[in-house]
Amino acid sequence: MKYNSVFDIIGPVMVGPSSSHTAGAARIGKAARNLFGKQPTWAKIYLYESFAKTYKGHGTDFALAGGLLGLETDDPEISKSLDTAKEKGLEIEFIEDSASADHPNTARLVIGDDSEQLELVGISIGGGKVEITELNGFALRLSGNHPAILIMHSDRFGAIASVTKILAKHEINIGHMEVNRKDVGKEALMVIEVDQNVEDTILKELESADHIIQISKIVS
Amino acid sequence: MFRTVAELVEIAEKENILISEVMIRQEMDVQEKSRDDVFAEMEKNLQVMERAIDDALKGVESVTGLTGGDAVRIQTYMKEKTPLSGHLLLDAVSKAMGTNEVNAAMGIICATPTAGSAGCVPGTLFAVKNQLNPTREQMIRYLFTAGAFGFVVANNAFISGAAGGCQAEVGSAGAMASAAIVEMAGGTPQQSAEAFAITLKNMLGLVCDPVAGLVEVPCVKRNAAGSSLAIVSADMALAGVTSKIPCDEVIGAMYRIGKQMPSSLRETGEGGLADTPTGRLLKEKIFGISV
Repeated sequence: MKYNSVFDIIGPVMVGPSSSHTAGAARIGKAARNLFGKQPTWAKIYLYESFAKTYKGHGTDFALAGGLLGLETDDPEISKSLDTAKEKGLEIEFIEDSASADHPNTARLVIGDDSEQLELVGISIGGGKVEITELNGFALRLSGNHPAILIMHSDRFGAIASVTKILAKHEINIGHMEVNRKDVGKEALMVIEVDQNVEDTILKELESADHIIQISKIVS
Repeated sequence: MFRTVAELVEIAEKENILISEVMIRQEMDVQEKSRDDVFAEMEKNLQVMERAIDDALKGVESVTGLTGGDAVRIQTYMKEKTPLSGHLLLDAVSKAMGTNEVNAAMGIICATPTAGSAGCVPGTLFAVKNQLNPTREQMIRYLFTAGAFGFVVANNAFISGAAGGCQAEVGSAGAMASAAIVEMAGGTPQQSAEAFAITLKNMLGLVCDPVAGLVEVPCVKRNAAGSSLAIVSADMALAGVTSKIPCDEVIGAMYRIGKQMPSSLRETGEGGLADTPTGRLLKEKIFGISV
């Protein structure tokens, strides 16, 4: 089921004017920032279909910027985010892409700083609910409703078991999990949605597990 | 978990509980939260709705100047004249439009189910309230009942204009409000379903064609249509009128119609009212570009 809570329908509390184009956009921006783990210094944001055609009127641009700055959907500061981003040294470029997309409200965010970058595709499916459908070239489906751990690892046997063993030891329940790889034996991405926030000490433990390359987490 | 309106009504009838209670129990179960927590969370949403209406009745205006002030205009008219459509109905219209005027002015609202359609549920609630004198708990239940129906639509069809046109937004919102009014007025779960079906049937095919892509024209006034239709359908259902096409099939029809809608009529600001001479002129004025 795409929606599993009554508060997806009655909610979110948000700054207007559009749940999919403003609140949803802010949540996509925030997911990107959380995955990047810090404030980026630059962002290239590609907008598709309805996002591309109406982003100025709906405030999709300032909402995405607000999300990248870490703001919530109901933060009144969100409408000033384009100015705030400039003040905080975040350069944002919006690109209207005429290519078609699987979903009418699609944004591709490429963000980074001097040392690293991250590419993410988010869709806003209605009523402020979003899904992350692509991360650094890996297809995935992440609702952003729950805390999640994203684990870049080598595509070897035992990699998944080493991670789930640690989570089980700490009594962390997995709500949803998927694994994607670029090619046999190459880099792979494990996405694990969990019910509660995962402590940094557990992340450290996961990092030192077999075949693990990099770990990041999303706090819901 | 219920997936359809038929299942939702069946659970309510079998256990002899309200629709709102089915939704509350599911929420407690799925989110592993206590009844108090679930109620407290909804109470917060109710407060946001109340504040938005208060702000609207003081008068707001959007940045573009396209919308604002109509909620106040209607309230003034109601005080000075005897409205033809009746006090309660026009009060709902004013409060629904007011909520969306606040939304267009980038104020804080609660999406029900979306921001563009955020007026229908609270607008009707705060109008019906004056006649039915509900307790605070019943007002919170109103939102759970509306949410239960919206939950079915969101999972079986869509609730965004970009995906399914305005029928998916204001159509769903008005229909959700109808179902909630019926429960508050003492109707049965099945009557809520009938009211929902009647409203949604009359919203089928409604396109999303916002002028300049803004959630203003015609969105604010479409909430007037959604909220008034919600009250009329609720009365019809309470009178014993039923929908020949069952509720879930109406939702299915809404989904198929949305799938057939061209993208120019799904929140791209390209077709319909957006593509009228005045619609284009307004866009040019607002964004300073020729279209």
